[in-house]
Amino acid sequence: MTDTTMTDLMKAKVIGRTEIEDLVVVPLFAVIMALLLGALTMLATNVDLATIGASYVALLKGSVGSLNAVSETLTAAAPLVLAGLGLALGFRAGLFNIGAEGQVLMGGMAAVVTGFSFASLPAVILLPMSLLAGALAGALYASIAGWLRAATGAHEVISTIMLNLISYRLLDYMLRLPFIQKEGRADPISKSVPDAAELPRLLGFLDPNLRVHAGIFLVLIAVVVVYWVLFRSKLGFEFRASGENAEAARFAGIHSGVIIVAAMATAGALAGLAGANQVLGVLGRATPGFSAGIGFDAIAVALLGRSHPVGVLFAGLLFGALKAGGRQMQVDAGVSIDLIGIIQALIIVFIAAPLLVRALFPWGFRHAKGGPS
Amino acid sequence: MTVMTTPRIDSGKRRHARVTGAILLGLAVLTAVVFGPDASGNATFRLSRPTDVWPVPDLVVSGGPFIYVAATVLAFLGVRQFLHGGAKWTSLSLGVGLAIAVLAFLVWATTGKAFSLTGMLQATMVRAVPIALGGLAGVLSERVAVVNIAIEGMLLAGAFTGALVGSLVGGVGGLAAAVAVGGVFGFILAALVVTYRMDQIIAGVVINLFVLGLTSYVSSQVFQQYRFLNNAPVFRAVKIPILGDIPVIGPMVFHQNIFVYGALIMVGAATYYLFHTRLGLRARAVGEHPRAADTLGINVYRTRYVNVTLAGMVAGFGGAWFTLGSVGRFDEGMTGGRGFIGLAAMIFGRWHPVGALAAALVFGFADSLQQKLALLQTPIPSEFLAMAPYVATIIVVAGLVGRARPPAADGKPYVKE
Repeated sequence: MTDTTMTDLMKAKVIGRTEIEDLVVVPLFAVIMALLLGALTMLATNVDLATIGASYVALLKGSVGSLNAVSETLTAAAPLVLAGLGLALGFRAGLFNIGAEGQVLMGGMAAVVTGFSFASLPAVILLPMSLLAGALAGALYASIAGWLRAATGAHEVISTIMLNLISYRLLDYMLRLPFIQKEGRADPISKSVPDAAELPRLLGFLDPNLRVHAGIFLVLIAVVVVYWVLFRSKLGFEFRASGENAEAARFAGIHSGVIIVAAMATAGALAGLAGANQVLGVLGRATPGFSAGIGFDAIAVALLGRSHPVGVLFAGLLFGALKAGGRQMQVDAGVSIDLIGIIQALIIVFIAAPLLVRALFPWGFRHAKGGPS
Repeated sequence: MTVMTTPRIDSGKRRHARVTGAILLGLAVLTAVVFGPDASGNATFRLSRPTDVWPVPDLVVSGGPFIYVAATVLAFLGVRQFLHGGAKWTSLSLGVGLAIAVLAFLVWATTGKAFSLTGMLQATMVRAVPIALGGLAGVLSERVAVVNIAIEGMLLAGAFTGALVGSLVGGVGGLAAAVAVGGVFGFILAALVVTYRMDQIIAGVVINLFVLGLTSYVSSQVFQQYRFLNNAPVFRAVKIPILGDIPVIGPMVFHQNIFVYGALIMVGAATYYLFHTRLGLRARAVGEHPRAADTLGINVYRTRYVNVTLAGMVAGFGGAWFTLGSVGRFDEGMTGGRGFIGLAAMIFGRWHPVGALAAALVFGFADSLQQKLALLQTPIPSEFLAMAPYVATIIVVAGLVGRARPPAADGKPYVKE
């Protein structure tokens, strides 16, 4: 009897150890390996060692080196976390939504249009209304893919990618519509968002250039809400049950079609909110491609955060830091910001393939059968 | 009464027939109401140039009558779906109906003007190439049950390598390097999903992100500064004697560049390989039931490695089309989702190389149609025309997925016991 208890205890301990390895060691190795391989890429493209050093110093300085840098990191992280939360929720429900980019665009567009259409309303009404419009537009756009999956079985990976491509054209079209396009402009650009619809800057009293805005509170609220929905609500249980085993969930009486549409709509609402956050907090208007790849970076953020709201928050902060630091890197060291894309992809490879990290660094891990080798 | 006499068909099929019927009736109304009223005059389709060896007279269609006849046929096909026995020809009716609607649209857009049909068909073939090759790469890897979302990245890698190496050592070298690099990414995908058992979709997405990041980085870091590295020669169209002079078909199939011929040959070769050789049979066995294949002594892991690497090489060749086959210069993200459209073509083509090619031709047609229509100045905003291939993809994937069956083990990792 005691023997079994002992083995159980030991098992539990080993599992605990493995979890720490998965949650801390693997991500750490992933980031370090990605930075090393990024340095190798720079070497391969004829960047000398001093510049590589300077660029990583700039990366650090631009992300956490000053108040302005931290402000930039938070500003860049906010939409990534919002959209990432949506994607994480989708992953939990077994949906691989690649369409965040299009949902960000639609959400941002709806927020801008609502903002300037009701410019006379006071901020207490207009700002929530614009945010809500953004979330709603994102939700609607995402539910197209959800509905297609539920009704016809069309795989969401392909349909969301197509909806992304469609959204770019749709945006170009909308930005030239007379009631959206800025007066007196020939290029596709929307009217500006009125002050009442803008997310207020938080540190404007210190320095008007500090861009961090009230969107970060939105982010924190979203993290808590998504956590609650996923792990404390019936809907979240149904999301996770469908994601773990769709067949079993169906037999348990969960309507898979409804769940798919609901999960996509929630994910889209969060992505739409990310878009609204960008236009109301940072840009002040919509231009072609204002999403700037947020929707794709958010996929990486959700994967890196292991589809857990808190993980997504930290992953979003890391990616926000990489983005803010990358800009500094481009200015200081003259290294293209596209390098950040490579580093991000490498981080996910190492995160998503723990077996690969274990194969590369066998001494960093405890072997399942015994002590460290 | 009708319920009693109708043979029992399952409700899914019946619903499908009803949906198809509704779509066809909708198209009929659209054709009659939108295209009908202002389609007076003749639409002239040029089939050959006066300099051709065997010139063919222009095809002249009278706008109004054609459109109303088309609408009537569409309505007939639609109504048939609601009547008994309609479920039998559902897919065919939908296909024919869509074709008729497109023709009516084309006639409507061309009334009072002239339009080179042969030119558009030639462009269709050219634009179908990367999609067909992407679809073929998808077929090769999904037949061994590896979902290949990375095709987009492999195309991009091929395009980039083609431009870089092509600028340094010439077109043939560039093409070979593009194929090799595509193969390398195929091998990496296989390693990630077979050996390291990474989620197949995540692995594909990561490869796409990585290739996009790497190629964008090099093109802004290096190509901006050394422009001669991004200036590759372009493969010109080669006319095959006699066959190239056949009206319409000649320019479309036999007066093209190496990529079109290569795609056609590869589709043939892949069909032969998959369905008529021992190795192909083994590959399909691995895709359908890996454990059974393993029991019979087939090396599942090696089969997956080989086929996914082959798929990568095909995609690398297709990627070179973007640079060596058209403009000779690499631009960031220039593949523009063609790899994903290729995946849709694979599904549309029911995981068969020839099917994928046929589907790619449909997408190529949508692609070239929107380009040519921009010249005809229709009242439809150009942005909506540009959406056409993507909307077509969604319709295809949504409309056909239910009945096309992927390889049984598709997407599942295999762990040897």
